[in-house]
Amino acid sequence: MATEQTQVLGRALLTPAVALLFIWMIVPLAMTIYFSTLHYSLLDAETWSFVGLENFRYFLTDPAFLTALRNTLVLVGSVLAITILLGTPLALLLDQQVVGRSIVRLMVIAPFFVMPTVSALVWKNLLMHPVSGLFAWVATLVGATPIDWFNDVPLFAVILIVAWQWLPFATLILLTALQSQDEEQKEAAEMDGASALSTFIYLTLPHLARPITVVILIETIFLLTVFAEIFVTTGGGPGLATTNIAFLIYQQALVQYDVGNASAGGLVAVVIANIVAFFLVRIVGRNLEA
Amino acid sequence: MARKVTVRRVWVSTAAAWFFGFLIFLPILWMVLTSFKTELDAFSMPPKFLLFHWTTENYATVQERSDYLHHALNSIIIAGGSTLIAMIIAIPAAWSMAFAPTKRTKDLLLWMLSTKMMPSVGVLVPIYLIFRDFGLLDTRAGLVMILCLGNLPIVIWMLFTYFKEIPKDILEAARMDGATIGRELVYVLTPMAVPGLASTLLLNFILAWNEAFWTLNLSTLEAAPLTTFIASYSSPEGLFWAKLSAASTLAIAPIIILGWFTQRQLVRGLTFGAVK
Repeated sequence: MATEQTQVLGRALLTPAVALLFIWMIVPLAMTIYFSTLHYSLLDAETWSFVGLENFRYFLTDPAFLTALRNTLVLVGSVLAITILLGTPLALLLDQQVVGRSIVRLMVIAPFFVMPTVSALVWKNLLMHPVSGLFAWVATLVGATPIDWFNDVPLFAVILIVAWQWLPFATLILLTALQSQDEEQKEAAEMDGASALSTFIYLTLPHLARPITVVILIETIFLLTVFAEIFVTTGGGPGLATTNIAFLIYQQALVQYDVGNASAGGLVAVVIANIVAFFLVRIVGRNLEA
Repeated sequence: MARKVTVRRVWVSTAAAWFFGFLIFLPILWMVLTSFKTELDAFSMPPKFLLFHWTTENYATVQERSDYLHHALNSIIIAGGSTLIAMIIAIPAAWSMAFAPTKRTKDLLLWMLSTKMMPSVGVLVPIYLIFRDFGLLDTRAGLVMILCLGNLPIVIWMLFTYFKEIPKDILEAARMDGATIGRELVYVLTPMAVPGLASTLLLNFILAWNEAFWTLNLSTLEAAPLTTFIASYSSPEGLFWAKLSAASTLAIAPIIILGWFTQRQLVRGLTFGAVK
């Protein structure tokens, strides 16, 4: 094993990274906790006072919070459902013998590399525009009335955009997992006369259980704080229809300049994210042992 | 690999895969096509697919009116700078954890991972105030710093998983032959680590390029990278979709090309090695 000399060196090499991450994690968080106990507005920076847990009471009982929480959960849940329910069959399809598979793969993966502000604006203006969007044209082709996406179903419109961005991620991870599946096992099952369906249910699905869990957890971390897509399309509206927790906190902080309240909201977001992170860290940790 | 598959089945899967692949790619394709239209054609109903007056004037206008190159340069400096600095900090740390692990290495790795789980919005207020008080708002230095810290855990993790795969025997052998740790790093480790280093660099450059929480909140004009620049098209000012498309195409083209090279590393980097 490592000698004492390398141990010392190892520690020295590790220090800068650990120190930086520690500061990055502790300082802002401590400040957020401190601010959350103050009545403090940037518009009136002279007068601030200690109010204890008042901000939390205000934030948590604000009807906007409940709406934002509901929107956040609907957004996360829907995008997860869409990406996994479409990503799994898509990954299975791409795992088949397909002529020109690498090109198809490139097309499927591309949306993941598009910056969020671009995807949101392209979807809003080129695809979902109620008069001249591509979807409106398809609707008139089949004799339906075009949907005014951002007025009639604003949250669903945001969900579609975000799902389009994350579908490649789910597909790619599930495809990678499928390709590491034991071919001989599948062959043996086929030789024993197992149908394609039972091979899928008894061999492939259990094999995919872990990667699907990983997709759910990682996507959840990112989806809990979807921001740019809402910022450039709806600005949280109409009303509060597309305001999620992240956007609500942004508004309180940088639109209303209410530092105390936004900090309390920020801590609520941290707690929610930590619940998810707890499970993800456990799964990754288990993998480290192996 | 060599399972027998009927020809018919290959054709069916091929047709289906191409159909769905095309459908997913359609928004991007449509954006590229629109970028070559006049604003009038971009708005026309029914849409014009290929038979329109092709023009490149949007690309020229985007540069003239809004100084596209300035923002592209900001993106390159911010994404490149934050990635390079993160690499410099992360390489020694990852080396140390992969080759001189202690009892606490695993906990340390998981702790680093957990810092990535902190939602940015949770620390928006303090970071904004710190930036304001230190004059870092709308500066490239500020964004380089914040994106570097944000991506550091991923960089360390990716490098760690790559270093972990380098056989230790080779290092032992080099040490037996009297190589110092410095020489071991330069002549033995580095050549073997180059592919891992390259993909880490590339993936994190992409992540930083597309980052759209801190860039939107902490930059307005001077330091605005392409994410913020494109967001300025969200305020309605008449017909501008062809120009929006041209600006967007320019903003994503280089990154999609880079991204296509990193597909496999993407999975590894974003799942922290949980799926390979």
